[in-house]
Amino acid sequence: MALSGLILAGFVFVHMLGNLQLFLGQEALNSYAYKLQSIPAVLWGFRAFLLLATVTHVLTAISLVRENRAARPKPNAEEKFIQATFASRGMGLTGALLFAFIVFHVLHYTVRITHPEYQDMHYILEKNGKEVQVHDVFTMMVSGFTEKWISGTYIVCMAMLCLHLTHGVSSLFQTIGIRNTAWKSRLDGLAIAYGWTVFIGFVSVPMAVLMGVINLPG
Amino acid sequence: MNLKLKIWRQDTSDGSGQFKHYEINNVSPDSSFLEMLDMLNEQLVESGDQSVAFDSDCREGVCGMCSLTINGIPHGGHQGTTTCQLHMRSFSDGQTITIEPFRAKSFPVLRDLVVDRGGFDEIIQAGGFITCRTGSAQDANEIPIPKPLADDAFDFAACIGCGACVAACKNASAMLFTGAKIAHLNSLPQGKAEKDRRTLSMVSKMDEAGFGNCRNYGECSAVCPKEIPLDVIAKMNRDFAVASVKGFISK
Repeated sequence: MALSGLILAGFVFVHMLGNLQLFLGQEALNSYAYKLQSIPAVLWGFRAFLLLATVTHVLTAISLVRENRAARPKPNAEEKFIQATFASRGMGLTGALLFAFIVFHVLHYTVRITHPEYQDMHYILEKNGKEVQVHDVFTMMVSGFTEKWISGTYIVCMAMLCLHLTHGVSSLFQTIGIRNTAWKSRLDGLAIAYGWTVFIGFVSVPMAVLMGVINLPG
Repeated sequence: MNLKLKIWRQDTSDGSGQFKHYEINNVSPDSSFLEMLDMLNEQLVESGDQSVAFDSDCREGVCGMCSLTINGIPHGGHQGTTTCQLHMRSFSDGQTITIEPFRAKSFPVLRDLVVDRGGFDEIIQAGGFITCRTGSAQDANEIPIPKPLADDAFDFAACIGCGACVAACKNASAMLFTGAKIAHLNSLPQGKAEKDRRTLSMVSKMDEAGFGNCRNYGECSAVCPKEIPLDVIAKMNRDFAVASVKGFISK
């Protein structure tokens, strides 16, 4: 749970840095995307690794919850929380929503099955003096986020991700055994900062598109 | 004080129970919670009813025998105290108080508010012995132990095994209890020799006994009458990881 979480939390940060290249312009983003996808072995190896981490994270979460329900079959007549944070209590809900989001997100921007017109977006990159036709990720992202329901859902799901990370990032240090009272508050702070950084980073893209800061080329 | 009580009644361990309502009048605000229950029992016996079964022993917060989830919080919600140290002045006149047994699959109800916490004994037994010289007494300062380490080990050893951590945990996890026992013995030179074996066998017994898994809510430490910190869970996880890796390599 913690190790797969560590991999996924690391991935979302790198993914966010990638998305932010949208602000550097069409060529920068498209050239970055091309770089990521130009070696099929690396691309598919990385995809398989991420899929494995996601599946491990979901399966361990399911087995954890099943064991925990079995361990406490009868709840109290009055269930009270004394100090558990809102984020820690909502891990199941935010996790399930994020899983649904990831499935949609992959179908939307990676498989492009929901919007087949994305397949026809191309861009010509100059590579070592040669012209290479690449996928126009910039146009795809901007036209995707122009649809209000997509932007809206995306922003809500990123808020879920923020919550999920604010508990998860601190919690994983406890699980791997490197947290004590002195470090707990620091790690909790780190987790909150991490969650908010990822949230603001991801949400800045649809916000910029919706506010007209970033527009479709041409 | 006049109070309304909503108490869990259950005749046998295999039967199902239900809440019953009682009223008790003229309770002194200075009486302890358990004295209030004693009063109720006298009242019940006088009227020919079955008394409410509950655990208690020392009644001064050191034995770990008293339990009870009071208004949803094990030991009633006062920081660092057990049920026997809770006084009626913490409640208001006319209040309804809900009293339940500690809820967990591994703590089966024996009768009313009495649960079987034998799962904890099994975990302790799985921990086994520590190597120390018996027979002629050894010199008191033969094994140097740094003061901060001795203090930590002492704090971890303060666990009285009452089970409030399990009852407060929505997942009925015993990781604070097991962590306290492991951290106590693994921190000291006397317990070092059996560190890996102890950690692996106590954790596996804890899982076998059917306790749940930690989700880092921190409720256990918040209700602990001895204020055992969450550090012990991190230490247990760390020692478990190290012992597992060592075990894997040496195979």
